[in-house]
Amino acid sequence: MHRLFQFRGGVVLKEHKKDATALPVQPAKLPATLILPLKQHIGSPAEPVVAVGDKVLKGQLIARAGDAICAPLHAPSSGTVTAISDHPVPHASGMSAVCIIIETDGEERWRPRERTLSDVTELGAQELRGIIRDAGIVGLGGAGFPAAVKLDPGGRPVDTLILNGAECEPYITCDEMLLREHAREVLAGLLLMRQALAAKRCVVGIENNKPKAFRALSEAVRNSGADVEVVEVPTIYPTGSEKQLIQMLTGKEVPSGGLPIDIGIVCHNVGTAYAVYRAVELDQPLISRYVTIAGSVAHARNLEVLIGTPLGNLIEECGGNRDSLHRLIVGGPMMGTAMHSDTVPVVKGTNCVLVESTTHDVPLPSRDAYAMPCIRCGNCASACPVNLLPQQMYWYARARDFDKIQDYNIFDCIECGCCDYVCPSQIPLVGYYRYAKSEIWNQEAEKRQADLARERHQFREFRLEREKKERAERHKKKRSAVTKGGNDDKQAAIQAAMARVRAKKSEQDSTPKNTDNLTPAQQKAIDDADQRREEKTQQSPSESKAASPPDRP
Amino acid sequence: MTLQTPPSPHIHSGLHVSSMMLQVIAALIPAIVCYTWFFGWGLIINSAIAVLTALASEALMLKLRKRPLKPFLGDGSAVLSALLLALCIPPLAPWWITVLGVAFALIVGKHLYGGLGYNPFNPAMVGYVMLLISFPLEMTRWMPPFILEQLEIGFIDTLGVIFFSHLPYGLSIDALSSATPLDAMKTDLGLSNTVSEILANNALFGDFAGTGWEWVGTWLLLGGMYLIYKRIISWQIPLAVIGSLFVISAFFFLMDADTYPSPLFHIFGGATILAAFFIATDPVSASTTPRGRILYGIGIGIIIYVIRTWGSYPDAVAFAVLLMNMAAPTLDYYTQPRVYGHARGKD
Repeated sequence: MHRLFQFRGGVVLKEHKKDATALPVQPAKLPATLILPLKQHIGSPAEPVVAVGDKVLKGQLIARAGDAICAPLHAPSSGTVTAISDHPVPHASGMSAVCIIIETDGEERWRPRERTLSDVTELGAQELRGIIRDAGIVGLGGAGFPAAVKLDPGGRPVDTLILNGAECEPYITCDEMLLREHAREVLAGLLLMRQALAAKRCVVGIENNKPKAFRALSEAVRNSGADVEVVEVPTIYPTGSEKQLIQMLTGKEVPSGGLPIDIGIVCHNVGTAYAVYRAVELDQPLISRYVTIAGSVAHARNLEVLIGTPLGNLIEECGGNRDSLHRLIVGGPMMGTAMHSDTVPVVKGTNCVLVESTTHDVPLPSRDAYAMPCIRCGNCASACPVNLLPQQMYWYARARDFDKIQDYNIFDCIECGCCDYVCPSQIPLVGYYRYAKSEIWNQEAEKRQADLARERHQFREFRLEREKKERAERHKKKRSAVTKGGNDDKQAAIQAAMARVRAKKSEQDSTPKNTDNLTPAQQKAIDDADQRREEKTQQSPSESKAASPPDRP
Repeated sequence: MTLQTPPSPHIHSGLHVSSMMLQVIAALIPAIVCYTWFFGWGLIINSAIAVLTALASEALMLKLRKRPLKPFLGDGSAVLSALLLALCIPPLAPWWITVLGVAFALIVGKHLYGGLGYNPFNPAMVGYVMLLISFPLEMTRWMPPFILEQLEIGFIDTLGVIFFSHLPYGLSIDALSSATPLDAMKTDLGLSNTVSEILANNALFGDFAGTGWEWVGTWLLLGGMYLIYKRIISWQIPLAVIGSLFVISAFFFLMDADTYPSPLFHIFGGATILAAFFIATDPVSASTTPRGRILYGIGIGIIIYVIRTWGSYPDAVAFAVLLMNMAAPTLDYYTQPRVYGHARGKD
């Protein structure tokens, strides 16, 4: 029996998982168009390698990874690229981003195999990572971090590889169905990951509300004889959060601001393991995934969905009404994101589409519109799985005191929503934390820019100063050169120049430039002046000198 | 089609401030019934006056502060403050005492600080202390249990006493009233009697902490346990208040049982249980971190004992709570729990 370490806090939620697990998973209908955002992962967007009008085959590379933290994209079905342009993507802001849009031809023609089947146990870690990276695999639990990067411990020893099958959010059942239907393949993927990581041991955590999934995987492990522990963990939200599952299974805590690898642990989702299996053993890139469609639909179920399928298609396929949508949540009810439109596509990280219609036939009890003041009851702190003081953070977020809020460790907040869920004042707490975090990031970005500007300014000052010094140095050298060598020549040249100057000056004195083309009146005035000067000079030469303006000291 | 796009989470437990307050009020009801059984209709009438005054004061202040009436009048917090204060007022106190106390509690103790959630002090205790200091005579005329029943003073007669100071049979309130057990103990100890002599000579003291009072205390204890079970209040504060009072009173009791009454007397006498479960646990004015709550409760227990034993007031719950209310923000700051992933010993 594996020893468990309960994390603190958390909430017990109504599961709502029965409906969608009644039917076996089947492929979703092929949509007429597939919308593939270039950025479906954490990192830089992929770079398209196809042009509008190109014919593509199923599984063909359509966008390549530009740098290390990136994932390539493949055509989920055969067809024609009709556009590479902005399209709404699944994001909280409802923003659009560049997508490759493919019109499917319905033939589902695969690209030719790129790799010949070899004994996969022979593959080295580097080769495995290469295959996984080229298959465009990212974390399928939702975060979407490129899997190959996470499978590279960078020389650090990996003690435990944890496979996350907890799936703690209500309604979501795609991992459960995957384990029930493809336990053997998930296990194969897990062992490949272990191979890449050279992990000492493997633990799979499955919440105890999915006994069928637990049994299926346990049996697969027994049949294969692999050294993998399959562990049932209590059904407490958020057990499926990476940090909480690690604590639950190992008793260790991921250091604040650090990664699991810092304590010798790597954690992957069961869906990712399945994708790794398909990439390595079947030479199939990540072009489809299991997605739960639940809520206000006639047939809540799991479908195997091609990446890029618009959400609206799935809602219709499951007997939902696109015209009466009230809320459309991608992900679970606790951490999912409400969409602005049902035209956004399924992306690699989409695990669930939760539909709420205007008839509110599905129990998604939301917060009151009117939030009461915080009464400091501390329910939030009791529920926080990270042991934060949510109400203090709320207080400082409201006051925009972003220094103080960091004293309360806001960046350790995993935004699980437990505090929000139990708040009797029904304050949208997580919303406040997101706001505070983004404000702090903005301030830091501004500060970086200001620092950069100041550095630039300081460097300019320094440069000017240096140039001045250099100039002075040059002058000094020149002067010393003048006094030291070639004295006679220089002196002669100077004498000559001075003579030229004198000559020019006397010339100017004798014929002032402004004496040409004078009017008779001006000529007369000048003559009068000359006359007077003549007289004055004759009278007292000293007086005339005194009348001239004195030199300034 | 306009989709709603609120921030996550998209579900809520349904817990509401008003449901929490209602549960606390519900937990008080058995004790109120028991109190009425022993001490007559006074508490019921006072409670009615207090609740009406509280709602009126709340409405007035919400209007003046331009806040919506409905969510705040319905949240139950004003009603709860009113009931707690009514429980602390002698059952035959004149009506204006209750009105004044409750109005002061709500207007000054609560709304002048910013209303629900912003008051640093427990409003009911602010009102109580104001009354105790300003009207010591009216606030110390307590009834011995069953006396009204023996005199056959019913509901209507009680109304007459409270509103018109009119007593039947030409009685005066002073003739009816007597000290509370705590008060009697304090006075008699001051007269150099030993604890055992005092207890033996007075039916007021009942079986372990004062006739009537001990049973009211027991019902309050049960109500409080219910609140802990329902997680409306945390266990730390009640345990720390009662535990610290027990430890300190047991220490002195074991040293000198003639001068210092037993821990049971301290715990069930006076307002200890009420304070531990219903007053000190007021979330707004209490400490909120687990360790902070324990220190806060210990502070209250110690102050109660010190004032009861060496101070000039027979009971000290209100002072203890208000004093520790002041300490709550500091306690919270210095008792932050260790956050996941942070090294032990540092914050």
